[in-house]
Amino acid sequence: MTAGKRRSIYFDHSATTSVLPEVADAMRPYFSDKYGNASSLHSFGREARSSIERARASVASLLGCDPSEVFFTSSGTEADNLAISGVATYRGRSKGHIITTAIEHHAVLEPCERLRRLGFDLTLVPVSKDGIVDSGDVERAVRDDTVLISVMMANNEIGTIQPYKEVGSIAASHGIPFHTDAVQAIGKLPINVKADRVDLLSLSAHKFHGPKGVGALYVKKGTEIEPMIRGGGQERGLRSSTENVPGIVGLGVAAEIAKRDRERTCSKMKGLRDKLIEEIPRLVPRAYLNGHPTKRLVNNAHFRFDFIEGEGLILQLDLKGVAASTGSACSTGSPDPSHVLLAMGISHEQAHGSLRLTLGRDNTEEEVVYLLGVLPEVVSRLREISPFNESRPITQGEGGSRV
Amino acid sequence: MYSDKVMDHFTNPRNVGEIPDADGIGKVGNPQCGDVMWLYIKVKDDIITDIKFKTFGCGAAIATSSMITELAKGKTVEEAKVISRGDVANALEGLPPQKLHCSNLAADALREAIKDYEAKKATKG
Repeated sequence: MTAGKRRSIYFDHSATTSVLPEVADAMRPYFSDKYGNASSLHSFGREARSSIERARASVASLLGCDPSEVFFTSSGTEADNLAISGVATYRGRSKGHIITTAIEHHAVLEPCERLRRLGFDLTLVPVSKDGIVDSGDVERAVRDDTVLISVMMANNEIGTIQPYKEVGSIAASHGIPFHTDAVQAIGKLPINVKADRVDLLSLSAHKFHGPKGVGALYVKKGTEIEPMIRGGGQERGLRSSTENVPGIVGLGVAAEIAKRDRERTCSKMKGLRDKLIEEIPRLVPRAYLNGHPTKRLVNNAHFRFDFIEGEGLILQLDLKGVAASTGSACSTGSPDPSHVLLAMGISHEQAHGSLRLTLGRDNTEEEVVYLLGVLPEVVSRLREISPFNESRPITQGEGGSRV
Repeated sequence: MYSDKVMDHFTNPRNVGEIPDADGIGKVGNPQCGDVMWLYIKVKDDIITDIKFKTFGCGAAIATSSMITELAKGKTVEEAKVISRGDVANALEGLPPQKLHCSNLAADALREAIKDYEAKKATKG
């Protein structure tokens, strides 16, 4: 690797984002000066308490809810787990029916699968080839014993925006709690949990320029939910453990910035995204966009390339100074192709050759132009190594006897 | 996550290509699993004089393919037969645990190519 002149372009903002200077500055005093425990009665404790409540108000303002409906957690994953298990198993309930989708994040799918093993019924609503759930399918899945519907706001891999408002009103009309994983949507979609009829919403600070290790769950007043972490009764008994004060302060400031800058940063990211979506299939033969071309997050451009495998692409791009991913960073290292792409009906072979580019507020047109310059060469280099090509396409079971 | 040696063989793979008049071809893997290796050998006087590969797969799959061509080139068929998956991984200064199957694949591809060569030789008789 050549040091010095090496570029460093970050197109992996769905994996994580930088902590903005304003956020880091706000957090800093809470490590060493204002280090009180928010449960303490003395001045140190009161200082910590009031900073947490300010952050709670900021998150509430971002979501359009009351501050008392915001509960801090350690992550988006924890918020998802709490929403699903906490609602489904309320007061020791051991059976019932849960509706979710085939393209949820593992932080939703895994707790749902666990509940299924424990005796709940689970419906995984399929998606169209564009990666979007049909809200009619959700409604048709509703049963008398349905205890929870969970449909993500926007998909973490392909960025497709789900019909969460429609699902919200369907759930409301049946009196079923509706949870949405909004981890990728914060700062990119206008959110109002009251208008959108959302009962529970998960978010994670580090996806919108806050720190890692802190998230929140919005829980509509009156929703029946049980804690998963029990102890000292913090977060009004729903999530015990001493509050992560610096993290929560950072989340609060990141939420304010997400609200303040959403329109401006989104229009910039959308312009760059559309350039990628337009140019990549034009510059690279046999490259295709995954997911709906417009019903997608302003920062997500996701492609697949015939005849090559995604990891090689990521490594080659990294050598060119571009950080991207094949899909979700969480499952990197797993040899299985993305469950999201498979749910869209994309073949295993094609699902292996995918590239996710996720933009951030500071990416520039020049960086996009640089990527468009290096990508065709990187893809064709990998295609030279591949046994497959236009005249010798991949066929089922191609290769040999051994798997 | 990858050693420098793996990255070297991934970025500058040795012996990429096909041998049109190969004496043996080994094709292993499955595109559904994301790994396919095709290995071509040319044998003269019982020595592997040329070897080339084409691989569809991850960085480790490409690096192990490249490495096995280096390990096998110039060896006698009998010597090449005993090149193991461990030899490939060691020569690459290790592989992440979830990528060890790539070294299996490379060793298998070589064995399949040798089997093919021996079968062809037997029919020629």
